[in-house]
Parts: sequence; structure tokens; C-alpha cells
Amino acid sequence: MKNPLDSLWGTVISGLVLTLILYQIVNFALR
Amino acid sequence: MDFIQLGIGRWLHIASGVMWIGLLYYFNFVQVPALAEAAKDNTGAGITKHVAPRALFWFRWAAVATWLFGAMLLGAGFFKAFFFMDRAFYAIGVGAWLGTIMIFNVWVLIWPNQKKILGMVQATDAEKARARRVAFLASRTNTMLSIPMLFFMAAAGHQGIFFG
Repeated sequence: MKNPLDSLWGTVISGLVLTLILYQIVNFALR
Repeated sequence: MDFIQLGIGRWLHIASGVMWIGLLYYFNFVQVPALAEAAKDNTGAGITKHVAPRALFWFRWAAVATWLFGAMLLGAGFFKAFFFMDRAFYAIGVGAWLGTIMIFNVWVLIWPNQKKILGMVQATDAEKARARRVAFLASRTNTMLSIPMLFFMAAAGHQGIFFG
């Protein structure tokens, strides 16, 4: 499998996905 | 006292952060693709010799300044943020951890390997090739981490808006 960090778009999309995951975790913790 | 710690501290944290992340984006969005193009007709020497070392100097020291001004801003809340001891510090805690991982990458993975790539320390061709890959992936990792890091930094002072 290709490393997503090898492309700029892969890097940006990985960052957005990570943001979504961390947001859900913090949101859940603050409920 | 609040003016110095929370006012001037925030201003300098943002200013040095702009320089740090601005140069990180410069490396990833401009310099790396430019050097790949330049390798085709051997015109990248000027970037490697004159631009990269200067950009790396300001990049790594801006990272230090950003982290220190961030710690100054947190003040007594430093441990509350890093150990998630208080709900009001959850968002900044995530942002602070991401920023800390990023400064680790700068000083432990990017800078020592860049010194080999730029010829500031002795390295064989095989070591340079490996250094290039490690520095590249660490830099890309930081670009990826900067996206949630900036989100949580923005959310920190506005948890009510961001988390309802």
C-alpha cells in the first residue's frame, strides 16, 4: 500500500481525518 | 501580570507559530516539489545552498519559541492541559500534545537528518538517502499533524462554540 504522506493531498486528507477522529474523542469526553 | 503572560505571551506564541508552520508549509508545498523539478535539469543547487539552511534556521528556532510561549501562556494550567486534568483544558491539551510531538520531530528527526543531507555533517551516500527519507516523512507527518493542531488551538479559547 502506498504511504499517503508521499503525496500532498494524501497528507492533507490524513490530517483532516485525524482532526475528525480527535474531535469526536474530545466531544465525547466533554459530554 | 495577565497582560504580559496572557496578552503579550499569546501574541508572541501566534507570531512565532506563524513563522514555524509557515516555513513547514513552505518546505512541503514549495521547496520539496521545486527541488524535485530542479533535479531534472540540475538547477537546485542555489536552493540547497542558500535558501534551505536559512529556512531551517528560522524553522527550528521558531518551533522552540512557539513551544516556550505556549508553555508561558498555559502557566499554572500546564499540567492540567498535558494530563487532561480539567475539562476546560481538553482542547488545548490535544493541541499542546500535537505541538509537542511536532517539535520533537523537528529537533530529533528533521534537523539531524537535514544536516546530513545539506553536507553539514559527514555522511555516506546511503546514509544521505536514508536521511532524506526520514526527514521527508517527519516533515510530512508534521504537516499532517498541523491540521488538527491548528484546529484544537483555535478551539481552545472557544470550547463552547466548537463542542457545544
